Amino acid sequence: MQAILVAIMGLGAFVIGYFLYSKFVAEKIFRLDPAFVTPAHELNDGVDYVPTNRFILWGHHFTSVAGAAPIVGPAIAVIWGWLPAFLWVVLGTIFFAGVHDFAALVISARHKGESIGSITKVILGPRAKILFLFIIFLLLLMVNAVFAVVITGLFLNFPGSVLPWLIQIPLAVAIGFMVYRGKAGIVLPSLVSLVILYFFIYLGVYFPIELPQTLFGLDRAVVWILLLFLYAAIASVLPVWTLLQPRDFINALQLFVALGIGYLGMLIINPTIVAPAFNDPPAGTPPLIPILFITIACGAISGFHGLVASGTTSKQLNKEPDARFVGYFGAIGEGTLALLSILAATAGFATLADWNQFYADWSGINGQNAFVQGVAIFASGLGIPEQFAIIFASVMIVNFAATTMDTGVRLQRYIVGEIGKTYNIPFLTKSVWATLIAVGACLLLAFSAEGGRGGMLIWPLFGTTNQLTAGLTLTVVSLYLKKLGRPIVYTVIPMIFILVMTTIGMLMNLGTYFSKQNVLLSTLGIVILGLAFWLIIEAIAAFRQNQPRGIER
Amino acid sequence: MIDHKSVVKKAGQIFDEVFIDRYRRSLLREQRNLEDFFALLCFAELLGLPNPISYYTIELYPYFYEDFHAWHKRMGMEHSPLAGFPCC
Repeated sequence: MQAILVAIMGLGAFVIGYFLYSKFVAEKIFRLDPAFVTPAHELNDGVDYVPTNRFILWGHHFTSVAGAAPIVGPAIAVIWGWLPAFLWVVLGTIFFAGVHDFAALVISARHKGESIGSITKVILGPRAKILFLFIIFLLLLMVNAVFAVVITGLFLNFPGSVLPWLIQIPLAVAIGFMVYRGKAGIVLPSLVSLVILYFFIYLGVYFPIELPQTLFGLDRAVVWILLLFLYAAIASVLPVWTLLQPRDFINALQLFVALGIGYLGMLIINPTIVAPAFNDPPAGTPPLIPILFITIACGAISGFHGLVASGTTSKQLNKEPDARFVGYFGAIGEGTLALLSILAATAGFATLADWNQFYADWSGINGQNAFVQGVAIFASGLGIPEQFAIIFASVMIVNFAATTMDTGVRLQRYIVGEIGKTYNIPFLTKSVWATLIAVGACLLLAFSAEGGRGGMLIWPLFGTTNQLTAGLTLTVVSLYLKKLGRPIVYTVIPMIFILVMTTIGMLMNLGTYFSKQNVLLSTLGIVILGLAFWLIIEAIAAFRQNQPRGIER
Repeated sequence: MIDHKSVVKKAGQIFDEVFIDRYRRSLLREQRNLEDFFALLCFAELLGLPNPISYYTIELYPYFYEDFHAWHKRMGMEHSPLAGFPCC
């Protein structure tokens, strides 16, 4: 099967989904009103609430939600063959993620731009708000641990990516300073910074930074994880505008460059998908149903998008009908990245034997490495030398993941501080202790995965919590629609589907953790399962009540 | 004939809005936080906190008037907390 054909089918389905399904949802379900005064106009303060052109807002939204997760998940899931992963990404984006992101944006805009957390409290009650906080805390914990493992995998396999990663830190600070000082003419410095970054990627090829096998009696994977968390701890206490945000901006540029290079290169070299449509997975691989649906979270449906949509994007919506383009098309952008990841991980190998060798063992898959190699092969179609392209793709994932870790540790610190305030534990409110506790918890989790090498042990936990967040958002949206007397089936079916899949998947994962006698993962698994049941009970209780709580419109 | 200069300028504007604006806003937010804190210092006396320089800060009140509503909303107070400072 030609990769281009699969890409065209996927992208074609996205286009049809956007023009038909999202139009249907916008007109018949949400009944978007061009005359509705959005929070951006109602509460315009020039900082958070600013009416923004829909194309620009889409750019903000898409670059905020796209990260390392839609790359890693699909690249793992192709172990069952390319077709199941492809179908889940395409159908998931059209019927699940698109509707979910779109709905989160609309419901937030209708509630003065409040976050899903606050809306949960209004619609489901204060108990559900606590449930929400728990899920978010776990989500952050997973994100940090998983991404530390992902970055370590990349540093060990592609040591050339260490140097460009390091150089991006001063580069981001410098760009941030220029924006702070200057008013106009930021375009040129930005492009120059990109050129400098690419120059260091080129240097990275010749000056790989490798740690010795063992350092102070520790395995080098362990050392990398420790170093990464040290970095995240320091970065997370700096003000956001010094490092985090200017780096986000370089990442956003990189994302568009990478998507362009990936798809264009593929068009030119016209690779064949070597992986089978349905693969007979190696022994030890869990069954496709339900694990596929929690392996690919971002890229098919992800609760994280709802947090972004309701956190910042909804405050900038110019007109209500814009929500369709920003929310739904934002999900399609993410689906496009996930699709590229699937193609890179299935067509980026020379022969089926190579592919089988890479995907020989479930617990040892480094999905991100398959993506990196695949994109490098696609890029060679544009005349970009392969070893350069490898570092380019690797650095992109490293930077996405590192920025997410920075944000994750930062948010966890806030939550720990909040807990300290609520329960009167003064030392928790100190930034140093809160950071140490946040980082410590993540470290424990990262090391529970076989010394930081077995990312696959904790990846499903990440997918599960992400899906639970999405399930909660869909519950809130469905209740809102029910109150308005609109059809709820289009949000309830995805909700039921992902809640059932995550619950069954979590039960199966628990079996694995028990058999490995891993106390930490078993405990976490039980907690997540408990939260899933809690959410299901809340949802059933809320739907059985005839009058959902205080909905305004 | 296309005016190349204006095309380049337009492209620069779009680039600026897509990639930089969000970052610039976080600087504005930082600035606003500082100003909010300054406002708190100025209104300290009215909120019952002793302020040794209220004799001087009272002169600043007229300058706060326009932003006052947004300020007390941001501080989590639905209505004006100050009896002598009517707002909404």
